[in-house]
Formats: sequence, structure tokens, C-alpha cells
Amino acid sequence: MKILLSVFFALVTVSVACAKPTLTVYAPDYFTSEWGPGPKIKQEFEKICDCDLLYISGDLMPRLMIEGKRTKADVVIGLNTDVTFKARKLGIFEAHKQDTSSLSIPIKWNDKIFLPFDWSHTAFIYDNTKLKNPPQSFDELLNSKDDIKIIIQDPRTSISGLALVLWVKSIYGSKSEEAFTKLASKVLTVTKGWSESYGMFTQGEADMVLSYTTSPAYHIIAENDKSKSAAIFSEGHYFFTELAAMTNSSKEPKLAKEFMSFILSDTFQRMIPTGNWSFPSNLARDKLPEEFINLPMPQKVLFYTEEDAQKYRDIVIQEWLTAFQK
Amino acid sequence: MANSFSKIRPTFFGGVLVVSFLVVITVGTLIAVVCRIEGFSGLTWNEWTAIRFTFFQSFVSAAISVLLAIPVSRAFFRQDFIGRNILITLLGAPFILPVIVAILGLILVFGSKGILSQLMGFSAFSIYGVHGVILAHVFFNLPLATRLLLQGWNSISSEQFRLGQSLSFSPLNFFMHLELPMLCRVVPGVFLIIFLICTTSFAVALTLGGGPKATTVELAIYQAFRFDFNLSRVAILSVIQLLMCGLIAVLSIWIAFPAHYEGGLDRVRPIATTGKILDFIFIACAAIFLILPLAMILIRGSGSLFLLPQSVMFSALRSILVSLAATGLATVMTLYLASLIVYYSKAYEIFGYLPIAASPLVLGTGLYIIFYNFIDPGKMALPSAIVINAIMCIPFSLRIITPAFKDLEDSFGRLADSLNLIGWSRFRWLIWPRLKGPIGFSAGLSAALSMGDLGVIVLFSNPNHSTLPMEIYRLMTAYRMDEAFGAALLLLVLSISLFWIFDKGGRKNAIT
Repeated sequence: MKILLSVFFALVTVSVACAKPTLTVYAPDYFTSEWGPGPKIKQEFEKICDCDLLYISGDLMPRLMIEGKRTKADVVIGLNTDVTFKARKLGIFEAHKQDTSSLSIPIKWNDKIFLPFDWSHTAFIYDNTKLKNPPQSFDELLNSKDDIKIIIQDPRTSISGLALVLWVKSIYGSKSEEAFTKLASKVLTVTKGWSESYGMFTQGEADMVLSYTTSPAYHIIAENDKSKSAAIFSEGHYFFTELAAMTNSSKEPKLAKEFMSFILSDTFQRMIPTGNWSFPSNLARDKLPEEFINLPMPQKVLFYTEEDAQKYRDIVIQEWLTAFQK
Repeated sequence: MANSFSKIRPTFFGGVLVVSFLVVITVGTLIAVVCRIEGFSGLTWNEWTAIRFTFFQSFVSAAISVLLAIPVSRAFFRQDFIGRNILITLLGAPFILPVIVAILGLILVFGSKGILSQLMGFSAFSIYGVHGVILAHVFFNLPLATRLLLQGWNSISSEQFRLGQSLSFSPLNFFMHLELPMLCRVVPGVFLIIFLICTTSFAVALTLGGGPKATTVELAIYQAFRFDFNLSRVAILSVIQLLMCGLIAVLSIWIAFPAHYEGGLDRVRPIATTGKILDFIFIACAAIFLILPLAMILIRGSGSLFLLPQSVMFSALRSILVSLAATGLATVMTLYLASLIVYYSKAYEIFGYLPIAASPLVLGTGLYIIFYNFIDPGKMALPSAIVINAIMCIPFSLRIITPAFKDLEDSFGRLADSLNLIGWSRFRWLIWPRLKGPIGFSAGLSAALSMGDLGVIVLFSNPNHSTLPMEIYRLMTAYRMDEAFGAALLLLVLSISLFWIFDKGGRKNAIT
């Protein structure tokens, strides 16, 4: 068994070693999986770069923190603004040098290091065949007399859970703890990650689940199921974007830069809606799939810069904990 | 057994090698993490709450699992009926399910829209809360406790029962003279192992506990690692977890009552005639409780089982290979460690429990820090999965193999010594034939556990070398819940089959 394995790994090593230059991209597991956008992106990029794109998947931040300046990554894709403060402090990234003045995202973007490739908002998803009158605002949800049960993710272990508590903070400011107390009475349970929550919701366990405004698009396009909708709140929704950056230790800086501009190309951007189930960051609205154009969208977008997100996260997680442990 | 010291020296070296390996892997990885620490600070209030909750829920879950397992295993021991062996195999299944699947299975039965609330109509009952955590942990661990205790009952030789019968023992006499000493010997170890399993649970505890009230130390470790990337917190919390587990381990080994039964002649044991109805009630209740959630996964997943993409099949194959390699490694390591315990000192047992007390996250991180400089971690994905799965199985295998090994040496050791039966021939002619049953069972359990484990691989994962549990998570993150259930069913079937093959293989022509 072990011999077989080592032969196998040796073969892999050899086959990698004799090939063209390799661009190493660190990405989250969902991104590189067969059902994520990764494989297609690799295929399209390899057509134009005369190189091999190698994904290394797994938890990005812990890995980057361990590796620091010795990282083997040329490009890192899949970070978000709630963690970029720490990532930037590592000092391992290089300016992307792309033009971000005309991105198709709802906020102004002038970060020199991190480049957004997709976006969405946090939102509660509900089944419109069962919940006829969904709340129209966060306030209405918190104060509703109906017995609405929600499943959310833990902000201590999940990036979407963290986005939720920041969302609440951005709406309620100094009154956020009170809001959490009201929210706690609506919450059926809290899960470690998004998958557990969403799995429980699709089993019919709860009325609403914390997810993204773009989630219904999956059900409409892939399953032809129009019963899932995002509840749009009048206070606005927290903006969620995923980012890419190139490292300054890269041995293939030219390829890395090429990949950064590929991210903003139409080829890449067109793969995002149905590959990552989110809005692409640089694609004209008329090039989106029709289902995405028709998705109900919030009027107002709430967003914390990475400094603010960093400043608030510990405070707001503590408020959340206190309220939920009552 | 000091007199056999010279004769079994290779065994001693092998055992010490295993012990050092375990120490390096568990404590060494912790040290690797500690070396990256930049500063220390005391425990926060939140962490104290987590420690208290972890201790409380583990203690209660372990106690209930063991208490319930006593009548259930006794019933299985006393009664013989058609399908008994299949039922025993099936009852082992909850223990080997991947966490996320087990949660969904439990929710399909006990959740607010589960079949229980639909059948009985009591929507007032909610699974979420401390009782939910305990319910889930009993669901996972009752089968393990039952199997381990069943082994205990089987260790009482049939001659002793016959002797009791000829002395007109009443059921109470049987209990006091034969069964109670066995329980005193076996129960502390079973309690310990379940306590340890429950301490490191966290996704189950959080989800079914209804939120942050049910925060365990492992969750705090995960948070410190993934979210804050604060290695000093990770290290402090892991040390606390190790200490907590160590305390219970020392206690349970110290309490365990050394009972010894003379070896019998392996005659058929008499079937009990009294208390038959009660026995069947216990068996039926346990079977319904344990099998219902599995049945729900079967119903939910069977629709998409045959529509699974090819890549899922490949990952299943990969999982089987990882699992077989891990099983082999675990079995060899356990046998060496068990010989060390049996021939030299009981104290070595503590090393066998190190792996469950250690946080898988710390293990993974430590290995990553150690290996990062030398090897591409992507290539380490499968080998490290094999090694980590193997050492994670050792506590269970050890629990299964050591008592039987001890009995065997107590009964036949002197005879074997006088025949100068040492080394390989002692293994071939004495140990293997009589330990086949426990070895088969422990190998089955290891195989199934290694199939279902996600395997620490957050840092070592490689997109092209995924295992089946990873594919299930990936399907779920890609919204494909139906296929995820299909894949979960596949995993369930494969795990049970592997378990059954080893367990059955061990029992074939086996003496115990």
C-alpha cells in the first residue's frame, strides 16, 4: 500500500516537474472543488498563459499565517474584507496594478492589494410557499409576533456568521446588544458553518436561514425551483465580497500579474454567477444570466472597511455571545 | 511477568517505538505549536464557561451511555435470535458516521419537523438544548459502549455460569458473583473512552445545543486557530483539554477493579431463561433509537445514490484505501502497545489515550508546521490522513484488545512460557487464534472510523485527492444537498461493510 502510494506521489511529482512554469494558487476548498468555479478557471487560464495552474486548497488564513513570507503561493484567492486586515499585516502581498475604477460592485473600490472577484450580500433565505409574509425589515423580524425560527452560523467559526454580527452592528450601532437579545429568541440553533445551516433549512427544519442574496439563483437555475427567496430588508444588507491578491515572494510575478488581469476579464467573470453562485465583480449587467438580473436586490448596501471590521469584530462577537448565553 | 523479560525483548522495543511515536505525534505537535507563541495571557470568562460545559456534558453523556449500555449488552449476551449478529453490526453504525450526516439524521427524526414530532404531534418538544447534545452523544456512543460491554460479558467463561447453575444461583447471586466484578473491571475504561470522545466534540454540541451556551473547549480551539489565529490560545486550550482528559484517564485506570476469570474450555454458554421479555424490550428500544436516524438517511439518500458523479466514486475508492492502510497501521501499533501493557506495566495504557485527548486541529497544525519546510503539504494529504486516522483509532483498538489479551496471558501465559513459546510462534499459535475476535472487531472499527473521518485535513487538503467525507462537505457547500445525502448513504454503506467484513472475519472460527 505504502509503496503504491509513494510510486503514485513520485509520478505526480515528476509529471509536475517536467512541465511548463507553474502558477500556484491558494484557494478555499469549495472554490477548487469540482462543483466550484476553480476547475473551469484553471482550464481557461491555461489556454492563454502557456503555464500550469496548481491549486492548493484549504484554510487560507491559518496557512498564510504559518507560512508568512516563505509562502509558496503566487496568488491567493478567496479572502474577504473581514479578514484582510490581518492578511495585509503579514506584508506578503504585492499591488495588483489593475484598474478598479469601473468595477460592477455597489461600493467604491480603491484597494491597491486586494482585488474583488465576486460579491453578494448577507441575507435570510426563506421558503416563499410556506412563509407568506416575510419581514420587510430587520426591525420587523426582531419585533415580529410570529413564531419565525431562524438558523444562523456562529461568528466565531464561520465567515458568514461574522458577517451577520457586523451587519447587525452596522444597522443598530450602540444598540446592537439589545438587537442580539431579540434575535436570540428567534434563533432555533447556531451551527459551525454555512453547510450545516443550509442543509437543515432545506430539510424544512427552520423558516429562515442566514445565507446570501444570491442563494435563490442556485435553486432557480440548477433545480428550477422558485420557492426560495431572500428577504430584503429596508435597513440595507451587509456587503460581502471575495478577494484575490498576488504575493511579493512569487517566483512567477509575470504569470501572477497575468492571472490578476484574467480575474477581471469577461471569460473569468462570466464563470462566476453559475460557478460560485454570486455576482461577478466586473461584468456589465446585461451579460449576467437573466435569473441574476431578476433577483430582488436591497436598495441600500452596508459595509465596514477592514479597519472598522477589525475594530468591531471582537466587541460585537462578545455582545452576541452575551445575548445568546442569556 | 518479569521472568519473560528476556524472551520478549523485540516486543518491548516495538512497544516503546509505538509509545514514542504517539508522544511525538501528540505532544510533539503541541510543542511545535507552542514554539510559535508570541505571548501568554490568562483564561477569559468565555473559556472558563467552555471548560465547565465540556466537562459537564462529557460526564453526563458518558454516564448515560454506559448506564444504558449495561442492560442492552446484557440482553444481547443472554439472548440468541435470528438476526442478532446483523443487529449488532448495524448498531455500530452511528459511531462511524461523519458528524454532519449524523446531525442531519438526528434532526430528521428528533428535529422540529422530524418524524417524531410529526407522528406524535408534540411540537412543544425541542431537541435544541443541553439535552440535545446529550441525546446526540448517547446516539453516537451507546453502540460503542454496548459492544465493549458485550465483550466483557463474553469474557466470563461458560463454565462459571454452569457452576453457578449447579449451585442453584439466583439471578441476584449471578449478578453479585459473576457480573458485578466484570462490570467493575470493564465499566471505568468504557466510561473513560466515551468521556474522551465527548470532550472533543464540537459541531454536534454547538448545533444541537442550540447555540453558544453549548460551547466546548474544542470550539474555542477552533476559533482561536481559524479565526483569531492566536496560537497561544490554541496551545493553552489544548493543554487544558489534555489535562482534563488526563485527570479522568488516571482516575478511571486507578478505579478499574482487577477481576480475573479463569479461562474456560470454550463450551457453548447456556441461554438465559429468566427475564426474556425484559431483555427483548431493551434490545428493541436500543434498536429503534439507533436505527431510526440511519433509516432516515437511507430514505433521503437512496434517490440520488446511483446518480452520483464519477469523481465521488473515485473519492470513495481513495477513502477505502486510506482506511485500509490506517487500519493495518493501527492494528500493528495497538498490538505492540497492548503487549507492552500486558507484559510490562499497566501504566503504558495512558499513552494509548493521548490521541483522543489531543485536538485534531492541533495535531494537523503541528504536523504542518513541522513538515512545511521539507515537503509540499499537498503531497502529504493522503499519507498524513493515514497516519492521523491510524493513531486516532488506537485508543479504541486498545480498549478492545488489551482486556482480552490480558485474560489470555493470565490463563495461558505460564503454559506458553513453559513450552518456550515465544516471539512469532507465540503470536501465531497462542495470541492470534484467541485474539482473532477482538482484533477483527477493532480492525473493523478502525476501518469504519477512518472512512468517516474528515481527517484533520483542513491544512493538508489537495483538490485532486479528496476523500468521501470531504466530497460530502463540498457537495453541501455547492448547494447540492440531494447528492450530498446520496454520498452520505454511500459512505454509510461502505463503512458498515468494511466494519462487517473485518468483524465477521475475526469471528470466523474464532474462539472468543
